[in-house]
Amino acid sequence: MYVYDEYDQSIVDARVEEFRDQVNRRLSGAMTEDQFKPLRLMNGLYLQLHAYMLRVAVPYGTLDSRQMRMLGHIARKYDRGYGHFTTRQNIQYNWIKLADAPDILAELATVQMHAIQTSGNCIRNISSDQFAGAAADEVADPRPWAELLRQWSTFHSEFTYLPRKFKIAVIAADEDRAAMRLHDIGIQLLTRDGVLGAKIFVGGGMGRTPMIAHEVKDFITADHLMSYLEACLRVYNRYGRRDNIYKARIKILLHEIGVDAYREQVEAEFAAIRDLGIDPPVAELERITAMFAGPDFATDAPDTVDRSDPDFAVWLDQNVAAHKQPGHAIVTISLKPIGGIPGDASADQIDLMADLAERYGHDELRVTHAQNIVLPHVRKADLYAIWTALREAGLAEANLDLISDIIACPGLDYCSLANARSIPLAQKIGERFAGRQRELGELKLKISGCINACGHHHAGHIGILGVDKKGTENYQLLLGGSGAEDVSLGKITGPGFDEDGVVDAIERVTDRYVELREADERFLDTYRRVGMQPFKEAIYG
Amino acid sequence: MKLLTGNDLSTGDVVWWTGRDWSRHIEDAVDVGGQGEAILRAEEGARRVNVPYLIDAEATEQGPRPAHIKDRIRALGPTVRPDLTLKPADADAGAWVI
Ligand code: SF4
Repeated sequence: MYVYDEYDQSIVDARVEEFRDQVNRRLSGAMTEDQFKPLRLMNGLYLQLHAYMLRVAVPYGTLDSRQMRMLGHIARKYDRGYGHFTTRQNIQYNWIKLADAPDILAELATVQMHAIQTSGNCIRNISSDQFAGAAADEVADPRPWAELLRQWSTFHSEFTYLPRKFKIAVIAADEDRAAMRLHDIGIQLLTRDGVLGAKIFVGGGMGRTPMIAHEVKDFITADHLMSYLEACLRVYNRYGRRDNIYKARIKILLHEIGVDAYREQVEAEFAAIRDLGIDPPVAELERITAMFAGPDFATDAPDTVDRSDPDFAVWLDQNVAAHKQPGHAIVTISLKPIGGIPGDASADQIDLMADLAERYGHDELRVTHAQNIVLPHVRKADLYAIWTALREAGLAEANLDLISDIIACPGLDYCSLANARSIPLAQKIGERFAGRQRELGELKLKISGCINACGHHHAGHIGILGVDKKGTENYQLLLGGSGAEDVSLGKITGPGFDEDGVVDAIERVTDRYVELREADERFLDTYRRVGMQPFKEAIYG
Repeated sequence: MKLLTGNDLSTGDVVWWTGRDWSRHIEDAVDVGGQGEAILRAEEGARRVNVPYLIDAEATEQGPRPAHIKDRIRALGPTVRPDLTLKPADADAGAWVI
């Protein structure tokens, strides 16, 4: 894992003290809310329905146990004993007092964490594949590049006031576990003729106007990746719409001028800046890469697992993935207990996951964009002990990628922008389908409480969007989305439903799927084969 | 009736205008009638409460009930965590929101 050098640490420490001064001035009345709001947002502090909310960055979703424990400590000391892991691989605290915010940031800084780039029109926290460094299918570890992007984008003076927020994801495998093509820029590392480089996708995103990112560069060699990205951002910064917030994202720019015109501009900019020294010196890249060398895996770890406990075997099949190193495995801890709140974890659960990482997992954890936690490097021989501990803590739900593994944004229970609640719906769906979710197979269901789409509803095999219908909650149903390598955007089925109505509608959709599916076909594949009509008929008659 | 509400500057708590001060409990809220804008401006100037705003509500036997579900959730707390609402012991409190 990356370890701060003196520059990283001094930047973060200085930022804490600067914010402390700003908070004091706000509390004393020296600053108005209008003056203070942009400053607090630059430090991840929002004002939500019930209190201030602090969003803490987890760069590319990677944590060690010390950092994870700090997250638990903050939940316990400054919040109400829990945190909420988000689709941006971050964590949010819902009950923060303004006066405590500088102390929280100071505590985070002691473990090399912060809340920078979690709000505002800057380059946001970089996201990546939660299996990075552990997956057998990656061509390189994407994290050194994600870290380089973090350093490049942190307080980048030219890109601090972009037309709109800007999200970048970097992956290094054909399987897309990070919804890469639904980011403003998606980077897929790959090798050509033995040379490491990247394919660059630009203009993806969800929200009000969902779009899939276009391929803008087939291959850029790694030694010029940063200058190419700088060119991509510069063109956006110059031409992005600042006059209309709904048209300000880069996806709209590409839509309006066309991908070819955008590419031409980027190439011209790239030609002008490629030799200006924007790309890191080889020694700096090597310094960063060395920190992600990965643990010393035991080479004699047994490769078999005793499956005699049937409950354990179910979890093993559902939540444990193959590791690149024989005798090892990747564990995904579901934060989606049936009837629970997707993405929430208590301080005690956070501590337990930190303990397990320290004891069994080479001290590493990951946060996934699906609001789960990963132990990326565990020995197969330890899986039963890990599962036993997780089960005692209510963390052993065997539902990864099943219908109850729901992404749900905080919705109207917490969020000031929401139209409708997301969480109660997730709870009802989980309860309704708990008994038959394995029969339904992979089925990714995602819920957003408003058009901003933090719950990725456009990318759900089944998506739900909460809308306000004359002051009451109403839900639109979408089918056919995917955030994976087979990326697609869901389509609305028709008129919306109330809360119970949408759960019934999903049941009719899944019943029709079971009637129509061929062999092991996933819901998404059946939908793509037969289209919307049979499902519409099932829902609306 | 019209209520004046906002979030406390220091704690972020939801607060309601009581006629003289701010309370966390909507039961204490008063109808500001036509005075809402003037009170709002004065309180904004005092800088104790963030983004105060006026809402429509209905007077009921249990006290004021905001017209919009968002403000009813603000008044009570998250419906999915009854233990964190202002009425953790009242099992039916969530029904008031819906
Ligand atoms: S999708 Fe809307 S309701 Fe949900 S967290 Fe985002 S802004 Fe809030």
